[in-house]
Amino acid sequence: MAEYRGVMVHAEVAEGKLAAIATELLGCGRKLADDLGEELSAVIAGSGVSGLAREAINFGADKVYVVDDALLQEYRPDTHVAVMEKVVRQVKPGILLIGQTSIGRDLAPRLAFRLETTATLDCIELAIDPGSKRLLRTKPVYGGNARAVFTSEFDPQIATVRAKAMTPLAPDASRKGEVVAIEAGLDPATVRTEVIEKVKQEVEGISLEAAEVVVSGGRGIGGADGFKQLEELAGVLKGAMGASRPPCDNGWVPDVRQIGLTGKIVAPDLYIAVALSGSSQHMAGCSGCKNIVAINKDPEANIFREARFGVVGDWKKVLPAFTEKVRELLAE
Amino acid sequence: MNMIVCVKQVIDPEAPPSSFKVDEASNKVLPPAGVPPVISPFDENAVEAALRIKDARGGKITVLSMGVNLLREVVKKPLSMGADELVLLEDEAFVGGDSWSNARALAMAIRKIGQYDLIFCGRQAADWDDGQVGSGIAEILGLPSVTLARKIDAADGKARVERVTADGYEVIEVSLPALITVSNELGEARYPTIKGIMAAKKIEPLVWKPADIGLEPAESGAAGRRVNLEKLYQPAHEGECDIIEGESPEEGGVNLALKLREAKLL
Repeated sequence: MAEYRGVMVHAEVAEGKLAAIATELLGCGRKLADDLGEELSAVIAGSGVSGLAREAINFGADKVYVVDDALLQEYRPDTHVAVMEKVVRQVKPGILLIGQTSIGRDLAPRLAFRLETTATLDCIELAIDPGSKRLLRTKPVYGGNARAVFTSEFDPQIATVRAKAMTPLAPDASRKGEVVAIEAGLDPATVRTEVIEKVKQEVEGISLEAAEVVVSGGRGIGGADGFKQLEELAGVLKGAMGASRPPCDNGWVPDVRQIGLTGKIVAPDLYIAVALSGSSQHMAGCSGCKNIVAINKDPEANIFREARFGVVGDWKKVLPAFTEKVRELLAE
Repeated sequence: MNMIVCVKQVIDPEAPPSSFKVDEASNKVLPPAGVPPVISPFDENAVEAALRIKDARGGKITVLSMGVNLLREVVKKPLSMGADELVLLEDEAFVGGDSWSNARALAMAIRKIGQYDLIFCGRQAADWDDGQVGSGIAEILGLPSVTLARKIDAADGKARVERVTADGYEVIEVSLPALITVSNELGEARYPTIKGIMAAKKIEPLVWKPADIGLEPAESGAAGRRVNLEKLYQPAHEGECDIIEGESPEEGGVNLALKLREAKLL
């Protein structure tokens, strides 16, 4: 076990750049590596990705392993798990951090089972136990109603980390680091899935993840028409509109607008929750929101336990007056 | 098409958050009084996915569940929705497992069931929200997997799967047999029909113990865990909500805007 040393980050690539989650993992990984007095490495696996190694060093990596192969163009479990297995067996990191993204959710468990080790998914806090020097992995469980802290004696200790749970370091172009190329060594015959098509359903305007203001509606909005009023308020505030799960399941708003445990994670300065009960599963997507404001007719709704400001009342009456006043105040 | 769907009996995640209690001394969740357990919701989506393929292409659906005190009216629900057979891994030895030991037991049971083209799991269970067991089963059985499915069709030794991504979905083709985990975007599971409920009553589940699937006691349940639960707790809620009053709901809305301006949030 002692032969496993250092912290490794799986640095995901999105649109030809290091994904935001990769910089967050490097920030968190740097701290863990410093606590252990060990090295922080990053793995960049993709096609045409060699140029990104420098960026990973700027964000905190001591060493970057680059696996550049045309077969890695699209994420597929058979190729990416095989490549990560190869890198881990060669480098033997004590800790491996992966993003809790649509890629990481797929990659981490398969890789853990292949390596006969364990993973903990969707971690929001990671720390080194001062006594055992093992990784303490904190994750929300029971739809966010509780939190669990896990450890494991198996190496490498794999954790996926929720978006926006960790803070990136300020990039430093003067940092020193080493870049190591590793051959993918993939056999195309072993690839059993094929990506036929990628469909983007992202709607126009500011993305939910980047928005500084989010206006979000729940089951109580009652239909697609009501969401037009929320969209209007989001427009006035130059923010984005989201929803809890029921409006998405009912087809009132597109699935990509879902905020929560299994949807998007948002962290705006201002989060306005309208006719939304605030289930734990929804609030799991709002843990980074700085100021939550609630409009709900049920004074017992869970959202009032989470909110800083609230109005108890029928949103159909409260919201138009609120939107109008906001418009007036912003015009001053 | 032979299909297997793994379902888990869990504490109802729709129970009010205020009824949720943890016994921090034993690191255990206390089941809420008077709220019966349910099939984990994503597993119901997985049952629905299999039923849609059965409707379109024909086939047989075997439901697989594991635990103790499995309430028959809960674990038989997929049968009343239209599934054909039920296998239960029901023994104290299966209790307290983690993804590692649970995936192993389910994979061994699937091997014993033997014939399958598609295995379905929910994307994650509503208790530990781990999302690993499906991928683990695929890895143990050496099968390809597609996770987070929102639509599935299968024919001619292949499945075509729409997989949920952050900004939409991707269409993936996978060779069979394969394992697929299902997300809520697939759409709600159908309700059981009266006919289905009657038919389900007549189906006797097969009940297997660890020895029946060739699993050593040391590999099973809590004994086979590879992660340790150090601590389980309920996060504290921060601060109090400042309720903004008004003579009417409309005035409440206006006062809220003024309050946000005062707090420099506008």
